[in-house]
Amino acid sequence: MTAAETSVPPPSTRDQATRSALSDFMRKWASQVGITVAFVLLWVLFMIMAPNTFGTDLIYKSFGQTIPYFGIIAMMLTMVIVAGDIDLSFPSVMALGMVGFVWVWDATDIVLLGVIAAIGVGAAAGLFNGLVITMIGLPSLVVTIGTQFLFRGLTLVLVAGSSTVLAATRGDPVRELLVGKPFGLPMEFLWFVGITVLAWVLLNRHRLGGNTYVIGDNTQTARLMGIPIRRTRIILFVLTGMAAALAGMMMSLQVVNFYPNLGSGLLLPALAAVFVGGTSVFGGRGSVYGTFIGALMIGAIPAGIVASGLTDFWTGAIYGAIILIAISIHAVLQRRFQR
Amino acid sequence: MTTQRAATGDAPAGEGPGPRQRSLRCLEMKGVYKSFGGVQVLQDVDFHLDRGEVVGLLGDNGAGKSTLIKIITGYHQPDQGRLLFDGQEVHDLTVPRARELGVETVYQERALAELQPLWRNIFVGRYISNRLGLMDVGQMRRITERLMSEEMGFTSAVLTPDTTVTGLSGGERQGLAIVRALHFEAEMIILDEPTMGLSLKETEKLLKFVDGIRDKGKSAVFIDHNFFHVYSVADRIVVLDRGMVAADFPKEQHTLNELMDIMREIASTGHFEPDRSKAAASDEAANVIHGVAE
Repeated sequence: MTAAETSVPPPSTRDQATRSALSDFMRKWASQVGITVAFVLLWVLFMIMAPNTFGTDLIYKSFGQTIPYFGIIAMMLTMVIVAGDIDLSFPSVMALGMVGFVWVWDATDIVLLGVIAAIGVGAAAGLFNGLVITMIGLPSLVVTIGTQFLFRGLTLVLVAGSSTVLAATRGDPVRELLVGKPFGLPMEFLWFVGITVLAWVLLNRHRLGGNTYVIGDNTQTARLMGIPIRRTRIILFVLTGMAAALAGMMMSLQVVNFYPNLGSGLLLPALAAVFVGGTSVFGGRGSVYGTFIGALMIGAIPAGIVASGLTDFWTGAIYGAIILIAISIHAVLQRRFQR
Repeated sequence: MTTQRAATGDAPAGEGPGPRQRSLRCLEMKGVYKSFGGVQVLQDVDFHLDRGEVVGLLGDNGAGKSTLIKIITGYHQPDQGRLLFDGQEVHDLTVPRARELGVETVYQERALAELQPLWRNIFVGRYISNRLGLMDVGQMRRITERLMSEEMGFTSAVLTPDTTVTGLSGGERQGLAIVRALHFEAEMIILDEPTMGLSLKETEKLLKFVDGIRDKGKSAVFIDHNFFHVYSVADRIVVLDRGMVAADFPKEQHTLNELMDIMREIASTGHFEPDRSKAAASDEAANVIHGVAE
């Protein structure tokens, strides 16, 4: 669901109708309205506390680079969570995908082939998650905790724990396409916006998303209605794996270095973005728009805290408080407007 | 649909699957067995449904009613036995395939996705979409809106195609499930305990709706604990007991009071001896039952 469309108010001229149209609107978009208000309030707060930082375009260019690293994954993760699953293995998939990149790029000297290899490894990792979860019938939470270690361990073994310098990719058009800065705008952010649109279309305008909602809402219904449950869940894990590999490449190509511990530290921001955005941990309900705003908030908080003059030690505490406040707002709004 | 008495006894030898395009018999099950983890749930069950016929399926909890209909809908596959749609044998029936063949089911309440908008519940599993899988949500909303006002009789302005199921009453939910079945032009509508949780008025509306299915020349299987409801709408009554067909007769043959006696008899003995009026048939019926027991 998104704020891009509004419900048509029922035709009536009475006062009551206006009120019911408003409540109708809120019933549908309560979460989105809530997160948007929270986002604006947070931004105004940072503007007041640190006008020198948040009043210039420099900080936004920085955000445009850092937020997409977890934001892109958060988009696909949103769909996984709407289906009632979860994926905790993506930080390790980011690194494992880069192993594929380094190998193929090393062997062929063609960056594009490296990119394809990384995406392929990401897809394979997602496929592995999906197959183990659906074929053996294990909870995704447990399986992806396991594969998080497995994929990270594989990465360390395959590169013998050492990092790889990617300086030779500089100037390659494919690198420019991923992490360049046309017109001073970081490409990462354009990708993030593009993938947000893609995720919205998939979730709300594609059969895949229609099935995803029903699976997460009520698996029994999905089965009785003949929805391809297994296939749908596997596809969502594959998409998440691919998104993780893409984000891993962006991070590595940006700093022209691949560290095998790539991605550690992104698990919680990505999950926080999804939940702050109002997606239900129980499945069946979620918002791509919410995740987008959630990612912007999560990404801005650390810089905002430091720029406001507090020490970095405060970051964790305030971060946690804001997450708790945001998800509480969702819960209250949902109870208020959605019975 | 008036000569089914004989069919109980000699259905296998009777009108078998002919080469006809649209046979009178839209569904037939022959010698179906199903067990779950060693428990025999269905044993040598013969069942059929004719065009324009409403069959009332009765039986206690655990008699196998749900399993029987879940085989028809492709949710379960039988261990043994044949399944014929329009006289054509169908193997490895799946839910999507059954829906293609015109089977729609109105399940108690559990086949609705609570948090989803009405339009998604109507179109679940068969969204209007193009070859790329992109859905035409606008069209699905419009159709839902039309169905809501014309078929379901939802007049409240509070209900829109985007309302979630959580906001509906029991009767409204049942209406939604039924309209879903009707919209897709089901040939056979299976109603699994459809009156459960309904108010008196809603039940009346539902029974009227079942009459409407017959008037349209479609068929229905009506499953209910309450045999008053079943008796009032069914053309033929089939009683399952402990996984076997204990009785199968046209409704006109027995009054409601007789039906109560029959049910009582089946509950205590596991079978029904129609000694009251048609003594000749009793041998046949007994044969069927004893044949199964062997």
